[in-house]
Amino acid sequence: MSKDIRIKKGLDIKLVGIADKTTTNIIQSSIYAVKPEDFHGIIPKLTAKEGAEVNAGEALFHSKSDERILFPSPVSGKVVEVVRGARRKVLAIKISADATQTFKDFGAKDANKMVADEVKNHLLAAGCWPFIKQRPYDVVANPNQAPKAIFVSAYASAPLAPDLDYTLAGKETQLQAAIDAVSKLTEGKVHVSVGANTNSPLSNLKGIELHKVSGPHPSGNVGTQIAKIDPINKGEVVWVITPQDLVVIGELLLTGKLNLTRTIALTGSQFKNPQYVTAIAGATIADLTKENLDNNNTRIISGNVLSGKEVKEDGFLGYYDNQITAIPEGDDYEFFGWNKPIFNKISASRALTFSWLTPNKKFDLNTNTNGEHRAFVVTGAYEQVFPLDIYPMQLLKAFMYKDLDEMEALGGYEVAPEDFALTEFICVSKQPHQKIIREGLDLMREELG
Amino acid sequence: MSLKQNLHNLKEKYKGTKMAPAFNAIHTFLYLPNEVTHGGTHIKAADDLKRTMNIVIMALIPCLIFGMFNAGYQHYAAIERAQGITSEFSLLGSFLTWDNLWIGIIKVLPLVIVSYGVGLLVEFIFAVIKGHEVEEGYLVTGMLVPLIVPVDTPLWMLAVAVVFGVVIGKEVFGGTGMNILNPALTIRAFLFFAYPTWMSGDKVWVYDAVERTGTPDAISGETILGSYAQNQEVIYSTWDKFMGFIPGSVGETSTFLILLGAAFLIFTKIGSWRIILSTFIGAAVMGLIFNGVVNADIITESSKFYGLMNTVWWEHLMIGGLAFGAVYMATDPVTASQTNKGKWIYGFLIGFLSIMIRVFNPAYPEGVFLAILLMNVFAPTIDHYVVQGNVKKRRKRLKAKTA
Repeated sequence: MSKDIRIKKGLDIKLVGIADKTTTNIIQSSIYAVKPEDFHGIIPKLTAKEGAEVNAGEALFHSKSDERILFPSPVSGKVVEVVRGARRKVLAIKISADATQTFKDFGAKDANKMVADEVKNHLLAAGCWPFIKQRPYDVVANPNQAPKAIFVSAYASAPLAPDLDYTLAGKETQLQAAIDAVSKLTEGKVHVSVGANTNSPLSNLKGIELHKVSGPHPSGNVGTQIAKIDPINKGEVVWVITPQDLVVIGELLLTGKLNLTRTIALTGSQFKNPQYVTAIAGATIADLTKENLDNNNTRIISGNVLSGKEVKEDGFLGYYDNQITAIPEGDDYEFFGWNKPIFNKISASRALTFSWLTPNKKFDLNTNTNGEHRAFVVTGAYEQVFPLDIYPMQLLKAFMYKDLDEMEALGGYEVAPEDFALTEFICVSKQPHQKIIREGLDLMREELG
Repeated sequence: MSLKQNLHNLKEKYKGTKMAPAFNAIHTFLYLPNEVTHGGTHIKAADDLKRTMNIVIMALIPCLIFGMFNAGYQHYAAIERAQGITSEFSLLGSFLTWDNLWIGIIKVLPLVIVSYGVGLLVEFIFAVIKGHEVEEGYLVTGMLVPLIVPVDTPLWMLAVAVVFGVVIGKEVFGGTGMNILNPALTIRAFLFFAYPTWMSGDKVWVYDAVERTGTPDAISGETILGSYAQNQEVIYSTWDKFMGFIPGSVGETSTFLILLGAAFLIFTKIGSWRIILSTFIGAAVMGLIFNGVVNADIITESSKFYGLMNTVWWEHLMIGGLAFGAVYMATDPVTASQTNKGKWIYGFLIGFLSIMIRVFNPAYPEGVFLAILLMNVFAPTIDHYVVQGNVKKRRKRLKAKTA
């Protein structure tokens, strides 16, 4: 059996503002923040109070359901503010960074000489556990479960996604160390997917099952790859780690320090010079985008345009994100916008929309919804951009009317919100697919465990 | 201040009030709204439901215009026939004439206006009562209705039928996207069952034929299906049937223009080619079966089914409402099967049943709308079994794992 993954169904969304392959070192921000909402399904229990001094890597809070899962501070400094929302929900923990960074020392380890439990405890203690996410439900992994396999997607196909071959170049030793460690955590294989025509730093790693991926987005989504390689059945769990997080784990093992510095892509048409910068997770957005962003009616997104989160300029980089996108807001009316021929927007149909004429054109899309919310009407369109062996509309409807049996039977365990980003993008009825899936998964997790 | 700004201010003013949906329906007709994305994807594709519906309407316009000319042409042709005059047919000389168009304007246009006026009024009332936006579904229904009724349908009948169709066929289920039966066909079915004497027979298909009945000027408006059903000789050539110079419901006669519309719908990816193709295949298969029955001498000329059974299978595809039904009615995504596999089965059965009903029901020899309505009812069942196939595959995978 060929280990290559080739998909046909999907859609490449080509946008203006691809990052140039130059990296600028950004001076350290003065304030960093960790937002518990980045870790979906985790209820935080604070361990660092306001005013406490923390080292980089020291825990700020742990999960209420499992106090072994620690969430570390990305920098050393002082906890200046715990921002709370309604019902005292913790929204963000702000840390004012020291001028010179001090790291908590977890000790260098050689993963090859460790057993599974040692690796697990080390990752938990050093605050690296949140990097391991699980399917089903797309949440931080439960350390008590044993995954049947671990998946790493080193191929980014999302719109304007950072080129992982570039951002991870030269990190082979860290990646290998991390792979050595995490491969202890599963009885099964560690599946790593790279682009078909690239020389990814991950393609020469040992102890992995390598897959070459080709085809339009969502070929790079780890959910697509899981479905093609080893789909999840009821009762099974797989773990998912991003390659940039593997680098952090690798560095922890090699040096004993938790270093959350990573290369971030600044993309989108509202950047004067779309390019790469280095930054620490949780950095202030304004520092990263300084003198580069045209912030006039701009939507800033931590992440990509399909599944990223909207942030303000005084907001913070998401914990997992390696991309900031800035596109124009679309809060304006368009005269007869619903029936005139459209050349400057992407469409999956040919309904007087002409993006099919220019498949290589880069579009400058804005945040306009291009229409109002409606009931599901059109059928057969989602299937063309949805490569999983699942009926997308039927699953969405099951998620909406919350029939747990159907949600399970139709493939609810196999999906994550990001798998429904493309169907949401092309949806004629402008339904919030990712939200429907997220809420449905939360319900399944609550009811079915 | 510009129109845009004025309308924006009005929208803000009416926000949250009962009349907001009614105002927004008109506002969004002029301007694509200024809504931006919140959560989920930050960008959206260019299409919305209005655009989708608009494409279907555009595909229907040629049929409507043709229908207007044909209304006049059939009227004058029938008079000439009654008087025993035979004249040479020419497209510009006897079809695309002002006289013909005038009949179309006084007969067909009122049907369109009543259909849209009454239907949209009902939609607006429901939107205001229930506080949701006016959905676009009726834009297409309103155009379909005048095209599938006989030209001499009284306007009051149409108005009553539209109210019934929109309320019972759609709104009671929760509006566009929730209905089980195609609303346009529900309207057609209501007309057929509520006023059967008016809706069938050999008079209503040609303008003025009813009025002249019993007078010395009487003209006939028999459709081809009617002639076949009565084992009569049909006076139209294959070319006439294909191009549509025949009596019938307003928009259903021209197979040529319907196929053009189908090509447009398929190219724009709005209409499902699976349904269209499989409907024609289903009809052809049933036609072939009947032809075979006749050839095997099981049914002879003495039978009342003989006329339609003996009709060559490919002719079945051109006469009556089959092509129109396959392209514009069966493809309604809400009431059709929603899975791709299901669409094949759904379409095939529509075609198959259409011809079967057509042949076995000589009193009213058109089965397309009944076949589509029947399959509308069964579409969820077809989908259920198709989806179960996927569920079973998943269960099998699990079993293979645990075994």
